[in-house]
Formats: sequence, C-alpha cells, structure tokens
Amino acid sequence: MVDNAGAIITTKDVHLSYGSHEALHGISLDFKENELTALLGPSGCGKSTFLRCLNRMNDDIPNIKITGNIRFEGKNIYSPKMDLVWLRKEVGMVFQQPAPFPFSVYKNIAYGLQLEGIRDKELIDQRVEESLKQAAIWNEVKDDLNRNAQDFSGGQQQRICIARALAVHPKVVLLDEPTSALDPISSSEVEETLANLKHEFTFIMVTHNLQQASRISDKTAFLMNGNLIEYGPTEKMFLNPQNQITSDYLNGRFG
Amino acid sequence: MNLENNNKENLKDVVNQALEDQTIKHVKLNKIGPDKANVDKLTKPSKETRQEYWGKGLTAAAILLIIILVVSIIGFIAIHGLATFTQNHVNPWKFLTSSDWDPGAGKNFVGAAPMIVTSFAVTLFSAIVATPFAIAIALFMTEYASKRGSKYLQFVVELLVGIPSVVYGFLGLTIVVPFIRNIFGGTGFGILAATLVLFVMVLPTITSLTVDALKAVPDHYRKASLALGATHWQTIYRVVLRVATPRILTAVIFGMARAFGEALAVQMVIGNAVLMPSNLISPSATLTSQLTSQMGNTVMGTLPNNALWSLALLLLIMALFFNFLVRLIGRKGEK
Repeated sequence: MVDNAGAIITTKDVHLSYGSHEALHGISLDFKENELTALLGPSGCGKSTFLRCLNRMNDDIPNIKITGNIRFEGKNIYSPKMDLVWLRKEVGMVFQQPAPFPFSVYKNIAYGLQLEGIRDKELIDQRVEESLKQAAIWNEVKDDLNRNAQDFSGGQQQRICIARALAVHPKVVLLDEPTSALDPISSSEVEETLANLKHEFTFIMVTHNLQQASRISDKTAFLMNGNLIEYGPTEKMFLNPQNQITSDYLNGRFG
Repeated sequence: MNLENNNKENLKDVVNQALEDQTIKHVKLNKIGPDKANVDKLTKPSKETRQEYWGKGLTAAAILLIIILVVSIIGFIAIHGLATFTQNHVNPWKFLTSSDWDPGAGKNFVGAAPMIVTSFAVTLFSAIVATPFAIAIALFMTEYASKRGSKYLQFVVELLVGIPSVVYGFLGLTIVVPFIRNIFGGTGFGILAATLVLFVMVLPTITSLTVDALKAVPDHYRKASLALGATHWQTIYRVVLRVATPRILTAVIFGMARAFGEALAVQMVIGNAVLMPSNLISPSATLTSQLTSQMGNTVMGTLPNNALWSLALLLLIMALFFNFLVRLIGRKGEK
C-alpha cells in the first residue's frame, strides 16, 4: 500500500493479547515522516491500544503479550536493548484528557527538558517560548507563564499539553483522541494547531471524529475488531473506499 | 367542625369532577371509583410524610445532644482552667513562661513552660522521625507493591493502630528505656524515649493518610509524565509527591495531633519530673503526662487542681489549633 521509503515507524504483524483475549490480530502499518495519520474505527476496535504500543505505554498492564515487529527509525522498540526513556522522548504522546500538571505553565513545558538534565535557563526559556508558539498558544499565555496551567480552559490546557510534548523535540507525536473531551470551539483550536504543525512533526492520531480525520489527516487507517481493514491517502479513502465495510462506516451505517 | 365537613364535601366534589373530566381513564383511579376516594386519607399526612418528620426529628435531636455535649465540655474545662487566673490570681504570662512548677506552694509556682516545651519537642521530633518512614511505606504501597502485597501491608499498618497505648508504653518501659540507659547513660527516661515510642504510634496514622493522599493523585498525571520520558522515580519525585503535598502535610498534622494528645504511653517513659529539659535523655514531663500522673493527687477547687485544668485547657486549645491548620492546608490544596 505504502512504500517503505520515508517511513519513520514500521509495524509488522502486531498481535496483542490481554491474558487469553487477543485484542489486535496482526496489524502491519507504515507511518511516513512528517505526515498526519488518522486511526479510525468504532469503539473498542483496538486503535488506542495499537497507538499505545508505539511508545510502549502498554508495558505496565498485567498479563499483556505483544508480538510482531515495531521499528522506529529502523530500531526494534521491543528489543531488550531499547532505551525506554529515549524512545518516549522521540515518540511523545498527548492524551484524551487534557492533563497539564498542576504547576505553572512554564514548569509544565520545562518538565521534559528538566528530565533530560538541561539546566541552562536560557535554553529552557527559549524552548518554552518556541514550543508554546508552535502549539499556537503563546499569545494567550505569554503574560501568565507563572500561572497554574489548570486555570486555563480545556482547549488551552490541551494545547499546553501539546506544547509540553513538543518541547523535548520529538520526531513523532501520538495523539489519543486529543479533542474528544473538548467543546467544539476548543477542539477546532486544537485541530488548527495540529494542521499547522503536521509538516514539522509526524503525528499519529486516534479519533472518533470522521470530519476531523478528513479535514486534517494525510493518511487514514481504518481498524475494526483488532484488524486493519483499509489504509491509504485520506482523500482516496473518503471519496472512494476500497472496502464495503469502510464505506459503511464512513457513511455512518454503524459505529 | 362544620366548616371542616364542608371542606371535605368540597374536596369530594372536586375529586369526583376530576374523575369525570378525564378523557383517558386512569386505570388506578377507575378502580377506586369516584365515590370510594378516601378523603380522610387524602387530607392527612401520609405514612411516608410522617416517617420524614421522624427522620428529621431524630437526626436533629442527635445533633443537638452532641452540640450541647461539646459546648458543656469546653465550658467546663474553660471555667476550671481559667479559675487559676481569676480566683487564684496566677499571672497568665508567668503560667506560660515560668519554669517553677509546684502549685501546692502558691500562686508564684505555677509555671507550665517545661511541660509546654517538652510536649512540643516530643511532638515535633516524633513527627520528624516518622514522616520519612511513613512516606516511604506509603509510596511502596501505592507505587511499587502488587495489589496483594499492598493489602497485606495495609493489614500490618492497621494492626499497629489497634495496639492499645498502654501496651506501647509498657514496651517502651521494658525495651526502649533500658536501651537508652545503656547507650547514653542516665536514667533512660526522657524526651528521646518518648519520641521513639510516639514514632511507632504515629507512624500508622501518617502512613494510612499518606496512602490516601497518593491514591488521590489522578493516574493521568503519572501517564503524562511517563510519556515524556520520565522514569518511575522521576514521576514519583517530581509529580506525584508534589501534587500530593497538601494532603501529606495534613497527614503529618494529624499525626502530630495524636502525638501531642497521647498521655499514657508518654507518661510511662518520660520520667515525670517537671523540669525544663536540658537534653533529650533527662526526665521531664509533658502536659498530658502531668495530667495523668497528678489528677488523683489534688482536691477539686484548690489551686493545684485548677492548675491541672489549665493544662487541660491548653491541650484543648492546641487540638483546636491543629484542626484549624488541617482546614487551612486543605483549603489551600484545593486551589
């Protein structure tokens, strides 16, 4: 479907099971650099689970078994030699619930940098400003950098979280339904932010919102019951889906 | 009477009219029929309404009883505690700062400073020693141990709460006091012995409240931190503990309140000499230990007795102060 060249994350035959229940039945997908890929599918189809495999956020779940091959920049991320801290720095994540820490905006953004051991105040200042600008929230918070991040609105908080993820200069950012907990105005703000950034970073976004996927994604993958049904350029997929199930889903027959 | 009958007749008419007027017959009302409507029952409070009044009345009465109880306890302690200053003309300032304690000898010998200092020292030291252990145990229970392991630990901690204070005192007297005597010399009684006994006694209090504090930290903070490349310990140190700080402080204050108010176990190991403590291993006395050891030796209404009531009043005021602190921190934590 997609040629391997330019792929930053490649997954091959990924199976995942909780105990005896298999949730993913062999998913092979390649994510191209500096594109926004949307993962679509009905609730419980395994798209969030799959997303969390990509930076190993599933590791803590008891009785979980993941097989297959997931490579980031050619390195097997499930190899015992993989440095988890490095991986999560390169592959950042933004969650459904806006979760800024109850600290000041500045400290939230600086958090990842301080973890890296960066102490240079000037560099941190510069990165904070840069990432807040990238997340298109600089103008709203520049006078309130010392205010508690939780004093802001939901959409602002989510953009602060995006800025926090961008501050450590990741290559890939995973977005787990980043707008589903937000009101329509806030979610359109976040959407716009993502659309403007999608050629600087690689985004992989799980979403329930078909319109959102059609508006901002370059590629779309459709998952159902733990299987990959269809994957391709968004435009082609929405206008001319290859698969009857995909067509039914996109037309709202189910899900 | 006539008017009431009249009203009832009116009501019956209204019911009948309503039943006739309905276009879609109400099944239940149809069964009753227009004339069988029991007006008496309709005009009197139902069983449920009477239960409602009863419930309200019972709870209000219980609350009233407790309020009267609290007010009279505080009133009684205040009247007797203040009598030292109003009837026996002890100088309140001297009471707080002088270190001469021999109330039997007259009003110039009622100085509670040694006991105040000792009480605070014992409280502060035991909290300082217990808090790091409590936080460590709580972290292990919430962040590292498996569910079964943490349940087991919870059981052990609760067991520590359940041991009566006299048993702790007895253990302190048999083990801690001789131990200190052998190492540091002296009698072994004193602030250090009391601190060690109180450490074990406040540890479970602080631990279980800290566990609650850590459990209350939303999981998405942990996930967000891990996703930024933090290790588990970095997440605990930089996020979990910081978010939980107000509630952990509350836990420590509850522990301090317990240490401040503990009487029996302290009395058994502190030495009971009302002297300004010059070091940690010389015998001294706390407000509570002085109360327990002397209450049987005084006559109601005399100065020595009133002086003890003054100590009780001081303890009460401190308890109120601890409560106030807890509320203050709780309110700050909400912001």
